[in-house]
Amino acid sequence: MSTTGVSPGDAGANGRSRMRGVRTYLIGLGLAILMTAASFWAAQTHLIYGPGIAVAIVVLAIAQMGIHLVFFLHITTAPDNTNNVLALAFGILIACLVIFGSLWIMANLNHNMLPMEPM
Amino acid sequence: MNAAATSMEQEPTSADGPASRRITVGYGFWIFLLSDIIMFSAFFATYAVLNGATNGGPGPAQLFDTTNVAIETACLLASSFSCGMASLAVAERNQKWTQLSLLTTGLLGTAFLVLELREFSSLVARGAGPTHSAFLSSFFTLVGCHGAHITAGLLWLGTMMAQFYAKGFRENIQHRYLCFSLFWHALDIIWIAIFSLVYLNGTRL
Repeated sequence: MSTTGVSPGDAGANGRSRMRGVRTYLIGLGLAILMTAASFWAAQTHLIYGPGIAVAIVVLAIAQMGIHLVFFLHITTAPDNTNNVLALAFGILIACLVIFGSLWIMANLNHNMLPMEPM
Repeated sequence: MNAAATSMEQEPTSADGPASRRITVGYGFWIFLLSDIIMFSAFFATYAVLNGATNGGPGPAQLFDTTNVAIETACLLASSFSCGMASLAVAERNQKWTQLSLLTTGLLGTAFLVLELREFSSLVARGAGPTHSAFLSSFFTLVGCHGAHITAGLLWLGTMMAQFYAKGFRENIQHRYLCFSLFWHALDIIWIAIFSLVYLNGTRL
């Protein structure tokens, strides 16, 4: 394949064999199952300090998204993948602005709201 | 300016000419998927803001059933894996394995959709429909939008199976399949965010 890039979803530049392809997906599946099981366990256990559970679930979710991106969508840090990674980085930036910006603004509005009598 | 010009001479970015059609098609669809994810981020923001606005009605802890969510998650993860297996079969132009893996993908996706619709109808039957509170409106919008994407994906999947069967592994159809596989994997990524933030964080002890 040329050096101009790889398409997102393509397994890699150097014509991988079938077994290597299957192995990549199997590793991805195994890691994803591990992360999913861990976050379902974290949500139900008493062993973790209460407020830490939410953090654990979010961290596991982000880790699992990374695993899906690398093993299923084949978005990697290889030099021929730069375009795909840059687009992803911009998407993440906008998504974070939308989510955290909304939460921040709405919390601020709630804070400044005068107490209201129920109508 | 000068430095940039010399570095261009040293590292030509397109020594092999313009990128192949497969790369441009995949890249364009990747941009679309990212914009779709940004749309979902707006729904996630809405849900997070309205999370406590239950209007005196039931909240996440009373409504959601973690076992059901675990089965849905398993279905979607398995269907993502079998979609990957179909990608390998398509690359090898193997009709039998392509159709088999796509059929598995579709059946698992349908199972997910049935479980989700069953959950929705049981919520509505318990009086916790989207009209009850702002929290429930945002919940049905977010999860329902993901379900609508899955439905569209299943229709696309059926079309792909028919095209591979009728037209074989032509190049433009392989490009369409590349886009479908990206779409299906991206939906699984959005589901990770939904089961973590909506279901698990809502029902945790």
